[in-house]
Amino acid sequence: MSFKKKDLIGLKDLSKDEILFILETAEKFKEIGKRDVKKVPTLKGRTVVNLFFEPSTRTRTSFEIAAKRLSADTINFSSSASSTSKGETLIDTIRNIESMSADIFVVRHAFSGSAKFIAENTRTKIINAGDGTNEHPTQALLDLMTIKEHKKTFENLNVSIIGDITHSRVARSNIWAMKKLGINLKLFGPKTMLPVNTDPFGCNVCTNIEEALENTDVIMMLRIQMERQSKTLLPSVKEYAKLFGLNRKKMQMAKKDAIIMHPGPINRGVELASDAADSPKSVILNQVENGVAVRMAVLYLLGIHNGG
Amino acid sequence: MDLLLKGGTIINHDEEAVSDILIKEGKISKIAKNINTESKTETIDCTNLIITPGLIDMHVHFRDPGLEYKEDIFSGCDAAAAGGVTTCFPMANTKPVNDNAFLTLYMIDKAKNYGKTDIFPVGAITKGMKGEELAEMGEMKQAGALAFSDDGLPIVSSEVMRRGLEYASGIGAFIITHSEDLSLVGDGVINEGEISTITGLKGIPSEAEEIMISRDILLSKLTGAHIHIAHVSTKGSVDLIRRAKDKGLNVTCEAAPHHFTFTDEELLNYDTNYKMNPPLRGKEDVEYIKSALKDGTIDIIATDHAPHHPDEKFVEFDKAPNGIIGLQTLVPLTFKLIDDGIIGLKEFVKLTSYKPAKIAGLTDRGEIKEGKIADITIIDTDKTYLYDDKLNKSKAKNSPLLGASLQAIALYTIKRGRIVHKN
Repeated sequence: MSFKKKDLIGLKDLSKDEILFILETAEKFKEIGKRDVKKVPTLKGRTVVNLFFEPSTRTRTSFEIAAKRLSADTINFSSSASSTSKGETLIDTIRNIESMSADIFVVRHAFSGSAKFIAENTRTKIINAGDGTNEHPTQALLDLMTIKEHKKTFENLNVSIIGDITHSRVARSNIWAMKKLGINLKLFGPKTMLPVNTDPFGCNVCTNIEEALENTDVIMMLRIQMERQSKTLLPSVKEYAKLFGLNRKKMQMAKKDAIIMHPGPINRGVELASDAADSPKSVILNQVENGVAVRMAVLYLLGIHNGG
Repeated sequence: MDLLLKGGTIINHDEEAVSDILIKEGKISKIAKNINTESKTETIDCTNLIITPGLIDMHVHFRDPGLEYKEDIFSGCDAAAAGGVTTCFPMANTKPVNDNAFLTLYMIDKAKNYGKTDIFPVGAITKGMKGEELAEMGEMKQAGALAFSDDGLPIVSSEVMRRGLEYASGIGAFIITHSEDLSLVGDGVINEGEISTITGLKGIPSEAEEIMISRDILLSKLTGAHIHIAHVSTKGSVDLIRRAKDKGLNVTCEAAPHHFTFTDEELLNYDTNYKMNPPLRGKEDVEYIKSALKDGTIDIIATDHAPHHPDEKFVEFDKAPNGIIGLQTLVPLTFKLIDDGIIGLKEFVKLTSYKPAKIAGLTDRGEIKEGKIADITIIDTDKTYLYDDKLNKSKAKNSPLLGASLQAIALYTIKRGRIVHKN
């Protein structure tokens, strides 16, 4: 099998086989990170531009490490998307950088649909590193890779995603992919952070944390973005921790061998108490590690085409 | 110069008949079978065509003055004439805002000199459309305005809205409401529902429209003033309006063709040409709007023709302005309703000319009758054609239908007895 798409915009658009193929490729790349010399010449001479229209350090760093391990040249470009000043339009920016013969753009943008919009208007390959509240496909892929390492299979696994579902691109990408992989999904969060209409997700929406954690294999806690969430969504961080956060005690409601995941950066004492974040069940750093492998795989699969 | 329309099917709101029409000095002079005239009289063979009163569009944006890069009164009137529309009500959100008699007169004169379309500018209710102080509605009325609206923005203060309604009704004008609860809209960009869940685009609940319609209906009750509710898009709104009408309140309303043609499923591709306000709604709403057009709860069809420059729509979805151009798709989209058996030809006339004229108090038009001005649209209901850049007369291109094959077209548009467009 090979990966034929020009871009990676979202997991909603991928088949089960394509998702599994990327994961298999990532598993092969993981080994490179364990070598003394962590570099292969696969993408030598290729240029990867990280186009970040929204601030991010860890995702960008992960992509940059992944690209460098494949010997690609990496350039970082940051700009503010929400700036309403009469500056350059998004597509003008894209075409400018395209003209410098970039091979792959890794794009992060504050507005949903932007990665698709960019992809439709450039020859350069696009990897979506998060567009608004729409998708963050490499995050979901690294989540899946981590789940597979710990649980071996996806079929009939019980996964609970807890937190701000409405505004989470991580949740959306995971939901689309997990449904294709036969995972049973439960969603839970404050009612203000759940879409009014959850039918398209086809998941169970829980009304309390007990229900959300019961019999689950994987607990995925989402980050509460305190700086962004308006005061109408949550009364207080303290109350959030009490009603919707995870701690060691609540973990007992899940399966004995359940794992705890989080896309990072975690808010200790909010969605995750330290006794949960640091427990042996936590696979959070494992996710970060797999992030590099997944991004290497995606860069490789897109980058080897076109004059390969 | 005289003009003879031969052998067409004349559609009025209450009857249809095959007849000839003789037009003299800009007016309908005679309607009869087999009218004979001198051989030099210009004659249009209307066999197999339908003849309706010139269409009246009570909701357009001509962007003139100030935003002529999007549209101006000339190009707006060109698009109107090409779409079979002979009377337009351009909204006040120009730059500067049309909140004074000087601008109202400027707009009327510019259109009058051009001669294709009569325009009745809708003056702003409040100065600068800020929702704070009443604009000089009386002077604008004297200049030729018939209705007032802060369209594009709701008047948030109920007190200001109340006084606006009272004042307007006192001078014999009516108010067109843009009913929207902005706090509930927030930074929403599409209808809230399945599609906002899927796309991650922020949702606008139907209630944002319905809550404000409720308020505006109540203020109409309080003041006795006539409110005309613009661009009704939800089932709940229709129910509220129906109830108000049942109670005998002075409420009328309109629906835009896009709201009875497209559902929010179009947004799955993030195409900014489908971004509008109110947003495209769900299937159930669209079906309900259609049935309300059929049963008369919705009084008229108005396009909300909203031109934007292509550059403005070629941006991230959240950043794109709302709106779709609609003057030249009014006929084909509304005839789709006839094809689908939802309304008949008489309802078409009622929705697009008879009722708009009644609502605005324009007694000289809206019917094909001897003595009325000769504003006439001749429609070929069978013609299929490509709606392309060449056909499009608007400066703007923001319609998802541009490039599509459409059926039914205004073949001739006649303004005061003069052919102002021939397709």
